[in-house]
Amino acid sequence: MDFWNILVLSLETAVGPIAAVYVLAAIGLNMHFGYTGLLNFGQVGFMLVGAYGVGIGVGTFGLSLWTAVLLSIACATVLALLLGIPTLRLRADYLAITTIAVAEAGRLIYRAEFARPLTGGVYGRQSLAEGFYAANPIPSGRYGLLGVDFTENQLWLMVVTWGLVALALALTASLMHSPWGRVIKGIREDEDAVRSLGKDVFVYKTQSLVLGGVLGGLGGAMLAINQQNITPDQFMPQVTFYLWAMLLLGGAARTFGAVLGPMVLWFLLTAFDETLRALVSADLLPFVDGSDIGALRHAFVGLALVLLIVYRPQGLIGDRKEMLVNVK
Amino acid sequence: MSSESRTAGEAVRDRMAGVEPAAGVAKPDPILKASGVRRSFGGLTAVDVEHLEVQRGTITALIGPNGAGKSTLFNLLTGFDRVDAGEWSFEGRRLNGLGGHRVARQGMVRTFQLTKALTRLTVLDNMLLAAPGQAGERLLGALYRPVWRRQEEQNRARAMELLARFKLDAKKDDLAGSLSGGQRKLLEMARSLMVNPSMVMLDEPMAGVNPALVQSLLGHITSLRDDGLTVLFVEHDMDVIMGISDWIVVLAQGRVIAEGRPDDIRSNQEVVDAYLGAHHDEPGGTAPGAGEEA
Amino acid sequence: MRTRLVTVLLAVIAALMVIPGTAAADAQGGENLNGQIRQPTTIEGLEITVYEGFEGDEVIGEATTDSEGKWEVGLPGPGDYRVVLDEGSIPDEYVVPEKPGSELEVSVRPEQERTVVFRLQTPAEAAEESAEASQEATEDEDGGGDAGAGSDEAGEEVPGAEAGASFSDRFFQLTVAGLTFGLIIAISSVGLSLIFGTTRMINFAHGDMVTFGAFMAMMFANMTLFSSLHEVFEGVPVLDFVFNPLVLGLVLAVVLGGALGAGLERFLWRPLRRRNVALIQMFIVTIGFSLVLRHMLLVVFGARRDKYPQFRIQEAWELGPVSITPRDAGILLVAVVVLVLVASMLQFTRMGKAMRAVADNRDLAESSGIDVDRVTLYVWGLGGALSALGGVLYGLNATVHWQMGFHLLLLMFAAVILGGLGTAYGAMVGGLVVGLVAMLSTLWFSPQLMNVWALGIMILVLLVRPQGILGRRERVG
Repeated sequence: MDFWNILVLSLETAVGPIAAVYVLAAIGLNMHFGYTGLLNFGQVGFMLVGAYGVGIGVGTFGLSLWTAVLLSIACATVLALLLGIPTLRLRADYLAITTIAVAEAGRLIYRAEFARPLTGGVYGRQSLAEGFYAANPIPSGRYGLLGVDFTENQLWLMVVTWGLVALALALTASLMHSPWGRVIKGIREDEDAVRSLGKDVFVYKTQSLVLGGVLGGLGGAMLAINQQNITPDQFMPQVTFYLWAMLLLGGAARTFGAVLGPMVLWFLLTAFDETLRALVSADLLPFVDGSDIGALRHAFVGLALVLLIVYRPQGLIGDRKEMLVNVK
Repeated sequence: MSSESRTAGEAVRDRMAGVEPAAGVAKPDPILKASGVRRSFGGLTAVDVEHLEVQRGTITALIGPNGAGKSTLFNLLTGFDRVDAGEWSFEGRRLNGLGGHRVARQGMVRTFQLTKALTRLTVLDNMLLAAPGQAGERLLGALYRPVWRRQEEQNRARAMELLARFKLDAKKDDLAGSLSGGQRKLLEMARSLMVNPSMVMLDEPMAGVNPALVQSLLGHITSLRDDGLTVLFVEHDMDVIMGISDWIVVLAQGRVIAEGRPDDIRSNQEVVDAYLGAHHDEPGGTAPGAGEEA
Repeated sequence: MRTRLVTVLLAVIAALMVIPGTAAADAQGGENLNGQIRQPTTIEGLEITVYEGFEGDEVIGEATTDSEGKWEVGLPGPGDYRVVLDEGSIPDEYVVPEKPGSELEVSVRPEQERTVVFRLQTPAEAAEESAEASQEATEDEDGGGDAGAGSDEAGEEVPGAEAGASFSDRFFQLTVAGLTFGLIIAISSVGLSLIFGTTRMINFAHGDMVTFGAFMAMMFANMTLFSSLHEVFEGVPVLDFVFNPLVLGLVLAVVLGGALGAGLERFLWRPLRRRNVALIQMFIVTIGFSLVLRHMLLVVFGARRDKYPQFRIQEAWELGPVSITPRDAGILLVAVVVLVLVASMLQFTRMGKAMRAVADNRDLAESSGIDVDRVTLYVWGLGGALSALGGVLYGLNATVHWQMGFHLLLLMFAAVILGGLGTAYGAMVGGLVVGLVAMLSTLWFSPQLMNVWALGIMILVLLVRPQGILGRRERVG
């Protein structure tokens, strides 16, 4: 078993573009749940429409990538409004159920036969990122240190995705330190109290849902660019649950919680996968089949969620004091 | 109480002198008028108020046995519940159908029976949140600090003044969730003043407060009136009510059964039957709307 | 050193290529082969085996066609496969025509869900057609149109969808199917709604408790112990049925489901409540637990769609415009009886009244002397048992699959919201509505979208009557 290899691979994943995509979506979820207290269990739905903004824009209509990303943002905005307008006036539980249901319904619609001319149905859309790589200013070659190594295209992708992450962080941080953020956090604590002070809670919740949803949509768009092809079945509800695990691991309502969580979880997941794979191929785990690794990984995430809530509800960098105050 | 406040109280009582102590009576200068306000829950009528006026600048108490519909009436008037029928106006403007936040913006601000301190915000942030018309509360304005910095500084100064008045200034950087029950009541009262209201509606401001703090809370309530605010409050403690109220409205089974000065109420047989005679702490009771108040 | 660098690099590239897939799609399983045998009619119980490579003998997977002639085999990856229809499993009245035959070779692209078409004929037809050019051996699912992999994925199968049936026939047939499906949803979601009512917790693991029940029954139904026990009573009028391995399996699954629910409450939720864990945190724990349960079931029982070995092939009864198999009639009967029992339990027994009281207002119930902890424990036990029962019935009606419960969960959510969160009767009504809407929507729309319609109804209800059909209007700002 090659521990060095596993370590490098895991590090690689933790800083790689996929982790960055999850960070973007997790920042959005942090806006929803961490700051506003909205129970969004359908963040993957925003990623879906974001990815398909690019997929449909580039793959179906042949738009330029940049226009397509605008389409992604527009789609995420529309989805947020569709979700928010019926449910944000109701109790929090309703949003939870509606988001998970709409995200899944969205996936079923995008993969349906009748949507095929637009979305490509179950096959999705391919070759979406040519414009992106054509714009790569980095000279070709290999870049890396300590065994971690990227091509110029991977590096370009990472620069852009992490750049978006930095922008998103700057945006959330400055919003959260403004009077707007104060109202948002007030809503998380008790929306009736905020309403009694003359704030239109519904408008703020809608704004938060749109902002966080657009971040999820951007994550989806970057996922489409990264993979160059997308299918609806990449957007299973599990993705949302992963995002929740990541956010809680990092620490909700913390600017860097949404960054740290996905990186750490991706590191752990890859290490878990690779170690298990190595053990299986060395026949050290006779009762585990190679094809079970994916399933075991999901179970591992589930277990991690349970243990986190029970033993460290504030996450890695959350504030224990704030957690204790939160006894209602 | 200072002699000044006594005069303010007396001035108010003088203006009310000619008002006949009867349910639904008209007042010389009402700030709040409600008529035909009805609300029922699953066949039980919780509130059925034919006519009610609240005189500007008074401390008006709303009393009644458990389940009389006091909290429900509060929720209805402040836009936190929807009426089945009826209309009401504040400062001459109709409030029907307005959401809670728009009622508050009209200048009628409420507090809650179970205090709603925003627990994971600091005491100062609780105060600042309440300031009206902040440019930095708009999404685009929020992103550019110069837009709201000056206003924030002014609000902060005002918040500190109010906190000092309610003796919470030393706690300004603590999380509101770390305050004691009585301090939360004070914070909630101070916070409602940040909205610049002309009327405050206090839902059981003394509930669950340490007796030592009750006197201080009472002092704050009278000083609100002395500042020219109108106060409507729900309370159980009869000593408290008789001590500070200028006018008392008695609610039973959702209806206004009596109104008057403390002395009128004390001697009103109907009230004694409906309320004072009974143990008002008896849970349940036969009154409609029982359980809705919790 | 140089080779090491190259190895690492290759591994990195591989990881970058693999991770997106595993990141989101590995639950899906990627490639598969599937099909529906429906010419000249749908035939259940045909055995299909998939081998690796055009020549290879390594078995990749096996499948048996279900009541609509559908089958599906998950594949380890893209490549060449040989699909063989076992001629021994074909009923006597049919033969396999020479072309395309019973053995097909197919190539599968990455992520492709490829439809493979087998055709059967009556011997007479075979004689006629043998001269004619036969149709293509395989076709991509785009050709399949109405019932490709999509509707499978959507979770439920649509009966009576055969082309040619008249509208009214299909209407009646789908109404029966909708009632069956709706009752299954109702049974499964009563517990979900009561649990919400008593603990204010949305149990995201409820769907996987359904799957748990289905798999437990599957395990018992396949046990030799039970089948040999059954042989003893074979042919004896009542005992033959009672000792049917699936009937015993159902009872045991329900017991185990109840034990699972009660165990969860006793050893997970109650301690968490004692620790004052916030409700939102509890939601997350249910999600975590559902991931664990679902994927442990996947590891233990595998990813195949399976049918119970019992009650498989049945002659349908023709009742007026409706044809129904005794199996589906049995499901309907069991579901109705159980729902009536549950309703009377809630209405007339002490515990039932206490359950409704706690679900209505926990604090009030507590202050009037009800032992809320005990009631909650019973609610979880009842919920677990009912969801297990729902799972077995659902598995009997369609197929047993590791994601069946999760797909059902979304419809259960729709049902409880439709009926009114927290009310047991609401969940029953809501379940029926959702089942009927889902099935009847296929009269006009693609079966791939049946769940979408059910969820659409839920959103519509949220817009016009958020408290649900039977819910009480709440005070919301």
